[in-house]
Amino acid sequence: MSVRHALLALLSEGPKYGLQLREEFEAGTGEVWPLNIGQVYTTLQRLERDRLIESDGDDERDSPQKRFRITAEGDHELAAWLRTPPNMSSPPRDELVIKVLVAVRVPGTDVHEVIQAHRRYLVELMQQWTRIKDADAGRDLGLGLAVDAELFRLDAVVRWLDAADGRIKRAASEPPARSRDDLPRLRTKAVSAR
Amino acid sequence: MSTLELRQVSKVYGQGAAEVHALRDVSVEVEPGTMVAVMGPSGSGKSTLLTIAGSLEEPTSGQVFVAGQDLATMSRNAKARLRRQCIGYVFQDFNLLPALTAVENVTLPLELDGISARKAREAGLRALDALGLADRAPSYPDQLSGGERQRVAIARAVVGDRRLLLADEPSGALDSENGETVMRMIHAACKQGVAAVVVTHDAQLASWADRVVFIRDGRIVDQTMPAPGPESLLGQDR
Repeated sequence: MSVRHALLALLSEGPKYGLQLREEFEAGTGEVWPLNIGQVYTTLQRLERDRLIESDGDDERDSPQKRFRITAEGDHELAAWLRTPPNMSSPPRDELVIKVLVAVRVPGTDVHEVIQAHRRYLVELMQQWTRIKDADAGRDLGLGLAVDAELFRLDAVVRWLDAADGRIKRAASEPPARSRDDLPRLRTKAVSAR
Repeated sequence: MSTLELRQVSKVYGQGAAEVHALRDVSVEVEPGTMVAVMGPSGSGKSTLLTIAGSLEEPTSGQVFVAGQDLATMSRNAKARLRRQCIGYVFQDFNLLPALTAVENVTLPLELDGISARKAREAGLRALDALGLADRAPSYPDQLSGGERQRVAIARAVVGDRRLLLADEPSGALDSENGETVMRMIHAACKQGVAAVVVTHDAQLASWADRVVFIRDGRIVDQTMPAPGPESLLGQDR
């Protein structure tokens, strides 16, 4: 989450104080991403150093009375950032995926039971998020968007577990169609890419 | 008293080599005002559980109680009456009658139960109004969107004094926004005291339930624990 660009976005609405920025940031993300005031001032200092924002006159550093406004460069930076897709091309190192891959190889382990333990945890988290969404009843747009993002992310993991469950069940009942040597090797590709 | 209780219910289809155990020793209780979601892969027995809970099918062994009544001790007529008066069904493909208007679809179970056409219509219009469909009452199903059709089906399922709502993939073909609307409506019915069982493979739908039961190869293998409050998710970094 880019706090830097979120602050620029808030300043694009007009000049604001540090404390006000923290409150508006949290309100805008439905308090799903809490922010401490130290983080806000450190980020504001860097933005000022990079000439993306400027502050009122000669006030003391980090003073709560100091007001910030976005510069033309800041506007440009914000517009470019909004349209730049984040890098999602390389798969993240996912602890859950690793646990399931390992479970398949550990003798005497019921992989389906391992998968179910994770599935239950994820669905319990989703129940909590849904309760938050239900209690808000669509009043806070920021909260609705942020909670949906979490629900869709967790849902994707549950779907992967369901698919893994089925794939492992089928693999246990059907012999592999091809030998290992015929299969593309991820590791070989990674080495040659260096 | 639970609105629905399944006690060690098993269901076997076929015989000998063709024998299929659809359910094995399944026990579930659903209290008034609660929603239970049943999650599992296709073929895990979740739809069988729903048809047995709704007295549309009989278990091979075990007992089913609806509103405290043991279904095995009831006559066919008594069970049919229980289904009309007490149980509402919502199916994936809505199952609305195409030749009837929205309000006629909703009032049909009441009229079949001998309630006067005028009273049934009033109740039907109230149910449609509660789901934001008052202006669609005279429309035929083919004049409604998928989301509207499913809301009519929910109105039909909760009209009158229904205490048990059984839903099989209730937002199957709907987009996520309409799916959420459907779940909000079932949830709202529960807040009025209805007990609901929702069968689904969709975790987002299941997450509306108070309890999620996981079924696999006809057995209940797990269920979610009561969740802590929202404060455990919000403001974690503070």
